[in-house]
Amino acid sequence: MPIDIETARKVAKLARIRVEESDLPKLADQLSGIVAMMEELNEVDVEGVAPMVSVTPMRLPRRADVVTDGNIQTLVLKNAPEAREGFFAVPKVVE
Amino acid sequence: MSANMTANQLTISDARDALRKGEISAVDLAMSCLTAIDASDPLNAFVHKTPEIALEQARAADARIASGDAPAMCGIPLGIKDLFCTKGVPSQAASNILEGFKPEYESTVTTKLFDAGAVMLGKLNMDEFAMGSSNESSCYGNAVNPWRREGSDVALTPGGSSGGSAAAVAADLCLAATGTDTGGSIRQPAAFTGIVGIKPTYGRVSRWGVVAFASSLDQAGPMTKSVRDAAIMLGAMSGHDAKDSTSADMAVPDFEAALTGDIKGKVIGIPKEYRMEGMPAEIGALWDRGIEMMRDAGAVIRDISLPHTKYALPAYYVIAPAEASSNLARYDGVKYGHRAKLGPADGITELYEKTRAEGFGPEVQRRIMVGTYVLSAGFYDAYYNRARKVRALIKRDFEAVFADGVEAILTPATPSSAFGLGDMATASPVEMYLNDVFTVTVNLAGLPGVSVPVGLDAQGLPLGLQLIGRPWDEAGLLNHAYVLEQAAGFVSKPTKWW
Repeated sequence: MPIDIETARKVAKLARIRVEESDLPKLADQLSGIVAMMEELNEVDVEGVAPMVSVTPMRLPRRADVVTDGNIQTLVLKNAPEAREGFFAVPKVVE
Repeated sequence: MSANMTANQLTISDARDALRKGEISAVDLAMSCLTAIDASDPLNAFVHKTPEIALEQARAADARIASGDAPAMCGIPLGIKDLFCTKGVPSQAASNILEGFKPEYESTVTTKLFDAGAVMLGKLNMDEFAMGSSNESSCYGNAVNPWRREGSDVALTPGGSSGGSAAAVAADLCLAATGTDTGGSIRQPAAFTGIVGIKPTYGRVSRWGVVAFASSLDQAGPMTKSVRDAAIMLGAMSGHDAKDSTSADMAVPDFEAALTGDIKGKVIGIPKEYRMEGMPAEIGALWDRGIEMMRDAGAVIRDISLPHTKYALPAYYVIAPAEASSNLARYDGVKYGHRAKLGPADGITELYEKTRAEGFGPEVQRRIMVGTYVLSAGFYDAYYNRARKVRALIKRDFEAVFADGVEAILTPATPSSAFGLGDMATASPVEMYLNDVFTVTVNLAGLPGVSVPVGLDAQGLPLGLQLIGRPWDEAGLLNHAYVLEQAAGFVSKPTKWW
C-alpha cells in the first residue's frame, strides 16, 4: 500500500519530526518504496509461527529490588542543553 | 619488524610480542600511530583525536608490561567507533543531535579494553547512528577508503556503518578498532578495505554504553588486520555484564588458542540461496575459490538450503527501524545534545519537532518514520509482527542446518567491491539497503559472522568472504576463518596517497 501525503504527515507528527509541507511528497514517495519492499513478507507462510521475542533462548535475569545507583544529579544534568535548580528545563507546558 | 616498517603497521599479535620482549615501548607505538593519524586527514577516519589520553594510557601500559604479567591488549593502540560512550570524550554517533555530548560514563567494552591496558587514539567516523552502508550519512562528512581502483584517483567508500574504523585499520592509523554491527556494519566495511571483522553471537559482548540503534540486532566486535588479532581483541571485549540484561552469563573461551588451523572433516555449508541473480561474476568466482580452499584444507563441503534468505532484507528493514524509532525517542532536546532555538509561541511539541528535524540527518529521519509507521495502530500486526515471525523462520533455517552437522557456512561478504563515494546519491534508499543482503541474516538469527579478505578484483580492490558460525562458537568460527586467511594469503595493502 503506497503511503500518501496525508499518511506521511501523520507519521512525521507521531515521530515528532518537523517536515515542511513542500518535503512531504518526496518523503511519501521514499516511504512507499520502503514499504513496498516490506510487503514481500506477505509471500511467506507464517501460519502457526510465534513472533520472535528473544534472539537467544534466555530468561531475562532478575535482581534484588534495591537501589543500586543514584545521587548523581549533577552528572545527569551535565549534558542538558538547559538545566535550572537541579532540573531539566523545558518551555512552559499548558494542558 | 622489517627495516622499512613502522610500528603503526604492526598487528596486535606482533606488537604484543615486541612489547613483551622490550623491543618497543607502548609510548613509541602510540606515537607512531598518532603521527600516522596526523598525516591522514584526507581519509577523515579519526573525527575526535585523543593524543593526551593515548600517551597517558601508553605510559601506564609500559609500567604494567615492565612489572610483568600484562594482558595481550596491554599497550595496543586502538581507534574507537564514535558509537561507544567514552568518558569525557565526545561520543556523538556521528549525529548533530549529540553535538557537544560528553558522557559522564564509560561503555563496558571500552572499560574492558582499557582495563586490559589498551590505548585509545581517538574516535572514529561512522554513518549517523550506524544507519548506512557507505559512511555518507555522517555529520562529520564521509570517511574515505584508503584503497583506490588501479590507475584511478576516484574516492571510494570504506563501507559502513563502521567506515572510519575500517579505513583507519586498513591505512595503519591504529593496530585495530572497535566496530558495531546491526545488519553488516562490521563485515561489509571490513570486506571493502581488506581487513578482518567479526560480529559475535548476540549477547557475547555487552551493549551497555553503546549508543543503541536496534537493540535486538546490535553487537560490537573487533576490526583487525588478521584473524589472530580478531581472536585476541574479541577475548578482551567479551564477557558477562550485569548492566546489559541480554548479555550472556557464559565463560569466554581462549579464542586465540582455538586457532589450530585444523578443520579436517568439518562440514562447511554452501547455501544455494546466496548465489543471487545478477551477482557479479567476480564475486561468484571468489566464492568458488574460497570453497576450494576449504576443501583443500580437509573440510567437507556440503550444499545447503536456507529457504527464507530472500525475506531477510525486508524483515530487517521492518524490525531495525521499529526498534530504532523507539530507541531514538530519547533525543528530544531536553536531556543532552542539540536543542533547537525556539520562537516565542513555541511549546514543548515544537521543541521536540524542531530539535529532531535539525539534529537528525535524512536517513535517520526516514528510518525513525518507517519504524513509527510499522508500529502504529493498524499496521503493527501487518508489518512488525509478521516480520518477527519471518525472523523466527530465518533462525529456524540456520538451526536446521547446524543440527544436520554443519559447523560453518561460507558466503560472499558483499555483493560488490567498494563503490565510489556519491555513486549512490541518486539511488533509492532500498538500493542502498541491498549492500546488506549477505549479512543481515546473521544479525536476525543472532549468530556470529566474520569477514575475511580473500582477494582483489580486476580493479585491484579487496573482496571478502563471510563465514557464519554456530551460536557461541566464535572459537570454531575463527579457526575456520584462520584457515581461509592462511589459504588465501591476502597480504595486499593500499598504496599510500593521502
